Amino acid sequence: MSTFSQVFSEVGVLLSGPDPDLLEIVWLSLRVSLTATLAACAIGLPLGALLGIKNFPGKTIVTVLINTLMGMPPVVLGLIVYLMLSRSGPMGFLQLLYTPTAMIIAQFALVLPIVTALTRQQIEDNWSEYSDTMNSLCVPLTQCVRTLLWDSRISLLTTGLAGFSRAISEVGAVIIVGGNIDHLTRVMTTAIALETSKGDLPLALALGVVLLTIALAVNTLVFSSRTRIA
Amino acid sequence: MLPLVTKQLGLSVDNKQLLHNIWLELTDNHVTVIMGHNGAGKSILLRCMHGLIEPTEGTIHWAGCKASSIETRKKQAMVFQKPLMLNRSTSANIEYVLKLRDKSESLTQKYLQSAGLEHKADQPARSLSGGEQQRLAIARALACEPGVLFLDEPTANLDPGATLKVESQVISASQQTIKIVLVTHDIAQARRLADDVVFMSDGTVTEHSSAKTFFSQPASAEATSFMSAYIR
Repeated sequence: MSTFSQVFSEVGVLLSGPDPDLLEIVWLSLRVSLTATLAACAIGLPLGALLGIKNFPGKTIVTVLINTLMGMPPVVLGLIVYLMLSRSGPMGFLQLLYTPTAMIIAQFALVLPIVTALTRQQIEDNWSEYSDTMNSLCVPLTQCVRTLLWDSRISLLTTGLAGFSRAISEVGAVIIVGGNIDHLTRVMTTAIALETSKGDLPLALALGVVLLTIALAVNTLVFSSRTRIA
Repeated sequence: MLPLVTKQLGLSVDNKQLLHNIWLELTDNHVTVIMGHNGAGKSILLRCMHGLIEPTEGTIHWAGCKASSIETRKKQAMVFQKPLMLNRSTSANIEYVLKLRDKSESLTQKYLQSAGLEHKADQPARSLSGGEQQRLAIARALACEPGVLFLDEPTANLDPGATLKVESQVISASQQTIKIVLVTHDIAQARRLADDVVFMSDGTVTEHSSAKTFFSQPASAEATSFMSAYIR
């Protein structure tokens, strides 16, 4: 019980005054996760829609593969990105390891299958209603993709949100490629992991509450815009 | 666009013969009504005519061009029993087609007026009533400026008032020299609209005659039985 009361007092302290360190961590967390989610949506939404609409040989295999990648352990993915970006890796010349960009790349790779798979399912379901009219109007494939994405925009907001939730809450990948460097690559989840390893559980839990509050704020924002669009 | 000529048209899917041996010629810009029992193949024939389904046997041509060619299909439009409303406003549904066909979006108002929906231009199309949605679907189809308009039981789920409004839209389209091919079960509607009737049974055309002849003296036993069943 004493731990939980300490948690709430820590939360109070964290939220009472603008702690520059905390704000920096929160800002970096949001910057990394939002950028990764937006980039994943920019590619995953049209890709998922295309998969939902277009039939081609091997579509089932591609679908199963993408669905499988949704369950990719962040640590494994972080390791792959680490190997790619490390000095001896194929992208080592970019010198991105232990930078926020590396964290964005890792989270992007984590979120992309989620956005693609959920979009594919959503668009495939809608396509059964749309196909007759779209075919009758001779709508080109790219326009079909745009139309379906626009018409499914409300449910696709939830898809984007699922991707963002995955990004903001993961720790394994960003800690491997980012290194949890203070004032450079420390985000909420890696800070929580650090405080836990240091044994400062109240602070770790308090940071968790702050993280949940951020997630709540983003969800509220998306939900209100969803209501407005509807 | 005319004439439509089908020669020995047939369609089989998974070893099931859905259409067979259909010889048909539509030559006039009249309202052609396709009638028949459920499962007779009316809607499938309509889709074949529109080029949405490629027949497995025989040929189907519009003015000598294959029905499935994009050029032919772009000169046609189809309205389905359950109309698809794009998830946007009523006017945006029309604008979508106008843009698709490289036509001026200023024509939107004209098509909305033709459907009697100008006062609902900004309303979400999906919030319209069933009859209004069907009228919007027809107006959207007409925005393609088609030579042929296919209608697949457009009034099947509508009340009599809404049905009459849709019918007046169809008559008005027909008066603009658009060839109408309509599938319906409704004999009274067929009597009101048809210039000629194609009767189908078990996946083939058993009769094609003028509406006057068909309703006074159906030639085929299937059509006679269909009519008597409805009259009873």
